[in-house]
Amino acid sequence: MKFGVLVFPGTWSDRDCGWVVDQVLGEQLTYLWHKDADLKGCDCVILPGGFAYGDYLRTGAIARFAPVMEKVGEFADRGGLVWGICNGFQILCEAGLLPGALIRNASLEFRCQWTNLMVDRNDLPYTSQCAEREVIRVPISHGEGSYFADPATLSRLEQNGQVVFRYCDADGRVTPGANPNGSLHNIAGIVNKRGNVLGMMPHPERCSEPELGGTDGLKLFRSVVESATRALVS
Amino acid sequence: MKVEQLDERRLREVALTPDEYSAIVDQLKRAPNEVELGMLGVLWSEHCSYKSSKALLRRLPSSGASVLQGPGENAGAVNIGEGWAAVFKIESHNHPSAIEPYQGAATGVGGIIRDVIAMGARPIALLDSLRFGPLPASRHHVDGVVAGIGGYGNCIGIPTVAGEIYFEDCYAQNPLVNAMCVGLVPVHRLMRARAEGTGNSLLLVGADTGRDGIHGASFASVELDENSSQRRPAVQVGNPFLEKCLLEACMDLAHTDAVVAIQDLGAAGLTSSVAECAGRVRGAGARIDVSLVPRREKGMTPYHVMLSESQERMLVVVQRGREAEVESIFQAWDLTSAVIGEVTDDGCLTVVDGGREVAQLPVALLTDGAPLRRLVGVAPAQRPALDLDELAPLVDPGAALLRLLASPNLSSRRGIFRRYDHMVGDSTVVPPGGDAAVLRIKGTRLGLAMTTDCNSRYCHLDPNLGAQLAVAEAARNIVATGAQPLAVTDCLNFANPDRPEVYWELEETIAGLAQACRVLELPIVSGNVSLYNESSGESAIYPTPVIGMIGLLEDYGRRLEAGLRSEGDFVLLVGSSHNDLGGSEYLKVEHGRIAGRPPALDLTRERAVHKLMLAAAGGGLLRSAHDCSDGGMLVALAECCLLGGIGVRCPPVQSEGPVRTDAAFFGESPSRFIVSVPSRAMPEMQTLARRHHVEVTMLGLAGGDVIEFEGQFRVSLAEMRQAWEGTVT
Repeated sequence: MKFGVLVFPGTWSDRDCGWVVDQVLGEQLTYLWHKDADLKGCDCVILPGGFAYGDYLRTGAIARFAPVMEKVGEFADRGGLVWGICNGFQILCEAGLLPGALIRNASLEFRCQWTNLMVDRNDLPYTSQCAEREVIRVPISHGEGSYFADPATLSRLEQNGQVVFRYCDADGRVTPGANPNGSLHNIAGIVNKRGNVLGMMPHPERCSEPELGGTDGLKLFRSVVESATRALVS
Repeated sequence: MKVEQLDERRLREVALTPDEYSAIVDQLKRAPNEVELGMLGVLWSEHCSYKSSKALLRRLPSSGASVLQGPGENAGAVNIGEGWAAVFKIESHNHPSAIEPYQGAATGVGGIIRDVIAMGARPIALLDSLRFGPLPASRHHVDGVVAGIGGYGNCIGIPTVAGEIYFEDCYAQNPLVNAMCVGLVPVHRLMRARAEGTGNSLLLVGADTGRDGIHGASFASVELDENSSQRRPAVQVGNPFLEKCLLEACMDLAHTDAVVAIQDLGAAGLTSSVAECAGRVRGAGARIDVSLVPRREKGMTPYHVMLSESQERMLVVVQRGREAEVESIFQAWDLTSAVIGEVTDDGCLTVVDGGREVAQLPVALLTDGAPLRRLVGVAPAQRPALDLDELAPLVDPGAALLRLLASPNLSSRRGIFRRYDHMVGDSTVVPPGGDAAVLRIKGTRLGLAMTTDCNSRYCHLDPNLGAQLAVAEAARNIVATGAQPLAVTDCLNFANPDRPEVYWELEETIAGLAQACRVLELPIVSGNVSLYNESSGESAIYPTPVIGMIGLLEDYGRRLEAGLRSEGDFVLLVGSSHNDLGGSEYLKVEHGRIAGRPPALDLTRERAVHKLMLAAAGGGLLRSAHDCSDGGMLVALAECCLLGGIGVRCPPVQSEGPVRTDAAFFGESPSRFIVSVPSRAMPEMQTLARRHHVEVTMLGLAGGDVIEFEGQFRVSLAEMRQAWEGTVT
């Protein structure tokens, strides 16, 4: 299948995502430029981590206006797989493709560390390779990753089962101590109602090879590949 | 014009002495005009000219089989095999960080990154060596500097993978911020910033030029005083996003052969970058038109433009006629670029403003004209001696261990490095927190180890020996990961060299560095000198020669980390221990003293221990390895346990032998490691040690959740972790 990795000025996880797609998975890879007018026939678009346009104003606030984002929106509306990681999640929220917002970490500091994630849903194209309520280890690296939404949005997310990942301890307990950034309901990642647009703060592309300390991230990439194959077969 | 006629205040502003002014008039055979005086002032500043240290620096070894580029360029470069060159350099940003910690540190990081980019290399890692006064008084320095390093490094997407942070009274007024960057470039694409080819164009790219940072280089060349905070406008403001775009655009330049050279605009801005670029080519000159320089603000004079230290700018030398091709690469990243002049062959830097000539100076006068200062070194009064017999005996090693683990100089740095993105790039295979960081080189099996080190307390007590110990410790950190030490970059931080005892420290330090690097066969390929780190004649810093070192693992799959990994493994002390309590952390924490002679170092022994370690690591005998230094054996052992989450059970340390109990536990004898070895590999390890004539002592067996020395003390991992992790955040 063909992954498109979107590059804004200031994006820096593009090459890491590209490396996993191309070198670890052996799938097709193309980089999409923020000024591009089409998505070059990609089956899944990844919005990677970074500081798009410097994020001096508010994370993702400028990136959402990039020419390519209109195409990303149309692609998502058609059911295409759109996967925002870290800054990509922030941009998807700003673009209205996902509800809520990412605000400053409760510690008021940047955090780069490993976290444990409870996989709340394994019936999605992104998580089909995970076991039900599996705990996966994935690192975070952000200063503004505290998930926030108003109470109505939050309860709608919960009712619809849109929360995909929650910060938890090694035994899968979702506790305040396991929450690295103050996210409401320990939310680390959510999907849209249709299940094709995923946003997550942790970085699966940083844990897809054993030498980097873990391979749980690869489960998510493999899930996407598998779902695309399934779609082709069916 | 006679010197007397020149306003003395004006000379002070450009930080030139009357003698230097006379030398300028002599060589020019006329008086310099205002613009020329400003240009000479910055380039003749200590920061740019090295006029106090140049003669000494020539004594440092800089050659070796793997060296591709030694000192004199934007950064040094060594061949690491498989077609790759590692490019690296360390640089200080002390003065700006003292005045404005966040921006001072941030722009220090930005500057060192550009040095690596200028060599054609992609930066892959950042390291930071920091010194502060004691907490909590230094909280504002620590918070600002750490936030500034993170703010820049995290945003630009280069991992901050290693470094060090120490607290000592002498840095209270003068914190040190030394930033190191490591980059990679295919050997055949390694660039040099040489202004070759008469008629080639000078392209200025990146940020517009503003009035910020004017005289920053001169400011860095004087002592700080009560008026220093008024120099805050001399500190620049960083824009990591712009530099990220500049970085990517410069990487894209590899697609064209139209680029002759790239040069960073750092201290002394356009003046130094153009002069240095031309100065590297015999007979070359340059002509620039300041009216073509894109500006951030109105009303800037040629003087402002030539001296501005606005950040995130690069000078690119482009083949004549191919400017559009290169400019289109920068345009793709929405970066401003402008042809501002050309390379000439008259050996002069000529500055015009539209049609009007505003300065013309020989390049050689700018870059090499500053008269070297002949300073005199005089050994200071003896440092306080240490009589071990008067030292109260160690009563409770367990309690002392907990106090040492909680000491700000030994405690866990996790609270700091978790604020830095140390993973971006998907290459960090040994993360911060251990000895050296290791990055894999994608597409190969190579691993690049990197570290910074300096125990300045040793340097204070004996600068020559202290410098040797700094090199040895850096090398040990590299070896502890299983890597072969390869090359060095140094950042020499000193107080005011006009004082004979400080100049003596500098002389002794350089002698020690040269000695250690020769014996350990480590060329120094780049570096930086930062002088005048003292305030108003008091509170001078300790001599602090920070050693940045890189090393190579042929196969990163064989890398080692410090933490114990397996219950039942034998835990060994490699190397010999002596009564080395002089200058130790134990002496400071437990007895409140900074005294004695630093541990004696036998460089030949050090080498032998490294050879044994690398043979054992290469043979797969070791499960973990950790350098044994600050805090001595017991602190190192505790770190092995804490990092691995496994305890250790040991027979008691004997006190009848020649080594005192306190020294056995907390003495800081160099040339030692703590390793863990699976039982099946023990016979081979012992044979190997005998063959290398290195003493290996069995400490105990890995297992459980306590450190226990039978009959002496017992401390749980939980207690240790609480002490270790609670201090520096």
